[in-house]
Amino acid sequence: MQEIRFHGRGGQGTVLASVILAKAFFKAGYEVQTFPLFGVERRGAPVEAYLRLDDKKILIRSNVYTPDYLVVLDAKLLQTADVTKGLKPGGMILINSPGIPDPKLFSDYRVATVDATQIALRHHLGTRTHPIINTAMIGAFAKIMGMPPADTVAEAIEKEIPVKTSHNSDAAKEAYNEVRFS
Amino acid sequence: MKEVLEGSHAVSEAVRLARVQVMSSYPITPQTHIMEALSEYCADRRMNARFICVESEHSAMAAVIGASSTGVRTFTATSSHGLALMHELLHWASAARLPIVMAEVNRALGPGWNIWMDQTDSLSQRDTGWIQLYCADAQEALDTTLQAFRLAEMVNLPVMVVLDAFFLSHTYEPVDVPEQEDADRFLPSFSPRFQIDTQNPCAISQMAPPAYYMEMRHGIQMAMEQVADRFEKTEAEFQAIFGRKYGRAEAVQCEDAEIIMVIVGTAAGTCRQVIADLRAQGEKAGLLRLKMFRPFPTDLIRDISGKAEKIAVIDRNCSFGAGGIFAQEIRAALCNHDRHPHVFSYIAGLGGRDITTEILEEIYRMTRAAAAPENESVWVGLRN
Repeated sequence: MQEIRFHGRGGQGTVLASVILAKAFFKAGYEVQTFPLFGVERRGAPVEAYLRLDDKKILIRSNVYTPDYLVVLDAKLLQTADVTKGLKPGGMILINSPGIPDPKLFSDYRVATVDATQIALRHHLGTRTHPIINTAMIGAFAKIMGMPPADTVAEAIEKEIPVKTSHNSDAAKEAYNEVRFS
Repeated sequence: MKEVLEGSHAVSEAVRLARVQVMSSYPITPQTHIMEALSEYCADRRMNARFICVESEHSAMAAVIGASSTGVRTFTATSSHGLALMHELLHWASAARLPIVMAEVNRALGPGWNIWMDQTDSLSQRDTGWIQLYCADAQEALDTTLQAFRLAEMVNLPVMVVLDAFFLSHTYEPVDVPEQEDADRFLPSFSPRFQIDTQNPCAISQMAPPAYYMEMRHGIQMAMEQVADRFEKTEAEFQAIFGRKYGRAEAVQCEDAEIIMVIVGTAAGTCRQVIADLRAQGEKAGLLRLKMFRPFPTDLIRDISGKAEKIAVIDRNCSFGAGGIFAQEIRAALCNHDRHPHVFSYIAGLGGRDITTEILEEIYRMTRAAAAPENESVWVGLRN
């Protein structure tokens, strides 16, 4: 079983990112389970979502405490919350960031970055002050994990996002190509 | 076809497939997604149904009571304070013998204000005459909702389909959504045994003096006594078409178990994993998941737990001054039985606190180490 934990803020599309990825993994033949750690949600508040995938039925229903992957939609969360808590040694962190973070901060982990904010702005997703970056993060994640396949990702985005669908698909593709490993 | 669906929407799909005619509801988290999807189905004519907007849950139940009295299929959904506000009319629905189906998403009652998982809301409605069915995953939520209409209409009693807040209501997982024609084969249109009819005026729910009231209550009890049999027939019919079956209670590796863990709702999935791990370590552990709470499956509990030495009941609820509610019910079910195991009572996971594999392993080890249970429920996972 692989476990993925998402850290974002209300309004960034964190929960929907996890749902779209789950649907893409399911399409690719995996059993999936995804749910948000629900706060009383409001724009800007920290949000967590969990995604499990396995080749057999998933029994466990508790929160994800020891993820294999972390997806961080807002790099500022790294300063305020213990985001890497429980991440398995050798686990991978994907961060939405224009620069490469200090490697000493994450010595036990592999780190990848993508400037999802700029990609979202280029494709006019959300507003200039509140870009919606979830589809860019999905594209970048598919690259770093090597799954799910690009066609299932594109199909899931098409099905789940009825407005600006092609903008979102393009953002995902661009992020797939732009993600950097440090 | 299988698709990834939210637990709440699995219920909405079942209500659509059941061709419900009248719905009413007042929004409350975490139930809201169920009725949001259904109101869309009413608006875009995917359902030929009337959605009655109301100002409270009390009125929502009153609206479906009125509609059901006219002989149409009805549905509502609520949680927590909303269910508590319906309390008076829950009694009314069962005593009027109306086959209303309601989805109840288990949520804690305030204060402290809390929107998360806790079973005390539905268990507080124990004596209202509603059948109560607790689900463990989204597929079961869909299947049980569809079955609930069939069962309710056979015995003329209302059914509450109960789901965990968030762990089920907001979790997306693969669900097989039946085709309409298969759903129609399983669930024919509702033919009421009695209804308000303007061509044949009569009075219903009138004064029942001491000479009549007791027989009416006995009728409810007799209907409840038929539920086990009717539920099993309903499940057999469902299985013949869809290939799935759950049972009033589900036993996992209980045949040779020395310790049986009893749990209700989605935490049963986590517990199933723990039982598998314990078995791999050579422990003789079993799991009993209760699905039906009313009528209480006393016969199954006696059969399944007969050979075990100890039963560890995990309650995500509390009757203050008495303890875990399922533990009390199980003790009552076993007390006049020839031979019965010690019943250990644990309280865990209130107000959305997670029930992890570690918590369940701790409960197993505490039960194994103790010679006999405490009288009071043991609270597990409290902060220091």
